[in-house]
Amino acid sequence: MTSITPTGKRIWWNEPIEKGELIWIGIIVIWGIVLTVMMPAWHLYGEQNLSTETYRTTPAMYQEKTQKMVDQYTIRTEGTRQFPVVAPPVGSDVYLIARLWDWWPILELKEGQTYRLHLNSMDWNHGFSLQPVNLNIQVLPGYEHVINVTPNKTGEYSIICNEYCGIGHHNMVGKIHVIK
Amino acid sequence: MSNSSEFRTCPDTGLHIDRPAEKLMKANAVAAVVFLLVGGVMGLGVGLTRWPEVHLLGAQNFYTTLTGHGINVLIFWIIFFEIAVLYFCSSTVLRCRLAMPKVAWGGFALMIVGALMNNFAVWKLNSAVMMTSYAPMPAHWSFYLGLILFAVGALVGCFIFLGTLVIAQKEKTYEGSIPLVAFGALTACIIAVFTIVSGALVLLPTFLWQLGLISTIDPGVYRLIWWAFGHSSQQINVCAHVSIWYLVGTIMFGARPLSEKVSRFAFLLYIAVLQVASAHHLLVDPGVSAEWKMFNTSYAMYLAVMASMVHGLTVPGAMEAAQRARGYNNGLFEWLRKAPWGNPTFSSTMISLFGFGFLGGITGVMMGTEQLNLIIHNTIYVPGHFHATVVLGTTMAFMGITYWLVPILFRRELILMPLCKLQPYIFGLGMTGVSLFMMGAGTMGIPRRHWDATFADTSMPYEFAASAMSLMSLNGLSVVLAGLGGAMFCLLIVGSLLFGKKLGENEKCSYPLIVDAVTDEQYDALHKTTKNTIPGTMVLYTVFLLAFALYYFINWKYLAETWGLS
Ligand code: HEM
Ligand SMILES: [Cu+2]
Ligand SMILES: [Cu+2]
Repeated sequence: MTSITPTGKRIWWNEPIEKGELIWIGIIVIWGIVLTVMMPAWHLYGEQNLSTETYRTTPAMYQEKTQKMVDQYTIRTEGTRQFPVVAPPVGSDVYLIARLWDWWPILELKEGQTYRLHLNSMDWNHGFSLQPVNLNIQVLPGYEHVINVTPNKTGEYSIICNEYCGIGHHNMVGKIHVIK
Repeated sequence: MSNSSEFRTCPDTGLHIDRPAEKLMKANAVAAVVFLLVGGVMGLGVGLTRWPEVHLLGAQNFYTTLTGHGINVLIFWIIFFEIAVLYFCSSTVLRCRLAMPKVAWGGFALMIVGALMNNFAVWKLNSAVMMTSYAPMPAHWSFYLGLILFAVGALVGCFIFLGTLVIAQKEKTYEGSIPLVAFGALTACIIAVFTIVSGALVLLPTFLWQLGLISTIDPGVYRLIWWAFGHSSQQINVCAHVSIWYLVGTIMFGARPLSEKVSRFAFLLYIAVLQVASAHHLLVDPGVSAEWKMFNTSYAMYLAVMASMVHGLTVPGAMEAAQRARGYNNGLFEWLRKAPWGNPTFSSTMISLFGFGFLGGITGVMMGTEQLNLIIHNTIYVPGHFHATVVLGTTMAFMGITYWLVPILFRRELILMPLCKLQPYIFGLGMTGVSLFMMGAGTMGIPRRHWDATFADTSMPYEFAASAMSLMSLNGLSVVLAGLGGAMFCLLIVGSLLFGKKLGENEKCSYPLIVDAVTDEQYDALHKTTKNTIPGTMVLYTVFLLAFALYYFINWKYLAETWGLS
């Protein structure tokens, strides 16, 4: 009886399993359990767990909230396109717009402090990809995703887009400064 | 059997081949190879563009070519071939006439029309939306319609397969349960039916939306249903290529499964965990709860992972036991050393087995872990991973069995045998490089589906580490090698169909196509000399598990170094 001959009179689910094979299956199952347990364990003991707080929103509503923050906390402008650099208070709600093909505005955050960062797209899917720490989050239109971020080192970070969003996709780069 | 005149007996393998089924298998296999060739050329264009020093295509062309590459190889090449596999595993393996061949031709025609229509939309109607076509980014309506027609055609193929199983049972063409290979194909078919229904759920609304009949599509729901379809279609591939692994064990070694019960149960697990396993594509999406993600990956995915790990043990194990029973019983690895490495069917299968397990499997679990996905999602690591699963794993298994099927179905010998022997190694090596280097670059943040990671035209450019860029250059070199291997395959197969030495109906091929099955006596004799018949496999498997565990925990360490999130 090979893999292309029928089982004949033998009934496959009654066949005994060799002991050696059973031991390996046991090891595989234990490994599966380890893999499963690591996730809730990281929720308890780890420091990188993505928040799931999400609200329905519209481009107009989200634009308005972001504009309000920009009006209130802009400290300077930067780059050839004069993007506002916004330094919101520690712990506050910080809004970031993803749109064809910008991340707007530029943010200035403090090391070791936690902020409520809101992500939303004005149009299509985008990919928030923070470099060089390589933190990646999907950004959808209509869904306002609120994540709590704690930058752990000062420096200049770039946000690149890693969800294909049309012909300007590769030019969609934003910035976050982290200062003392 | 009512119309036995429709059958011929293969002089090399003794297989009973139903002629109408044979014609359909040939047509589907040829269509598959043509789409592989077309899609492979596009892959080469994409790969050469992502090579920083070469940067072959312009931006628009790159995105169009990438869309075409993904769809032509992942959908058209693989599914045409799978339909051929389904017909083989029902009609040929069960020695049964194929159900309703005329309808099957109708399904084939639909698939061809759909595939052409979709390609036309991508290339001529401005639909460079990637194979995922995430709403609300719009494609031309014919993009979706093409895929729908293709899917309906494939669904017809699934029902022909099921119909043939019913006929075989009614006409008692076999005794007992269907063979393991047909059982694996049956699981593939059941999953395919589910997949195609999910596909319809997602593509019909987008199609109607582009015709203006529906006003909006929810982008989050779209992604959820798209991945119910996208993920389960990968499960079909796994069932199909694992079935082929077992088949190759039989034709190369006369092996029988270590335990039918274990192998069949593992196949059933793929079906059992199917519906929910799509969330590992949504691990960093908004609006998906942590509990759902964990349940979905652990309950659904690790059971599927475990099933594959079982096959990964029993397939080489069965080969080892058979080789030992034949007398290659010295040391740990004589059975493997004395295996037919010069036979492209065997070498492709082994590369498929190792590539799928060591590269594809381990990295898949990594990315499919709720938190670890944060440092991987949408980086070029992802294509690195699936070129290991779907190219090294599925595509190489299909290539290997194609070498075997050419003389059987087409009655032609392979041409240029030395090149046929070389091809799996060239393609395998190139593709291993492609997946490893893309994974390496992805770990450093290089994005997927991205025309210019040097950001030359950007107002606020970001500069990746030089080492990340050199990994992309190494990837470029591997792309050339893989392209060469892929082209060799297509040309060798097409060349054999056109110019291979013709074999008469009852003429034997000049090289053997199947070995005699190992007998019960041989197995019994082996069992008398040793308790453990698969020590070599166990050593390899231990290495695999250690590599798996090491790599898994290294990635948790990487994760711990990034920004805090809560
Ligand atoms: C000559 C052989 C091949 C080469 C050189 C190649 C290379 C590549 C490269 C460089 C990418 C692009 C990564 C990116 O920028 O995101 C890619 C994407 C992809 N490849 Fe291949 N590949 C080959 C064969 C295959 C085969 C045989 C399959 C499937 C069976 C396949 C499936 C895919 C898919 C699904 C994508 C993703 C498309 C997307 O992001 O929408 N490739 N390939
Ligand atoms: Cu974007
Ligand atoms: Cu983008």
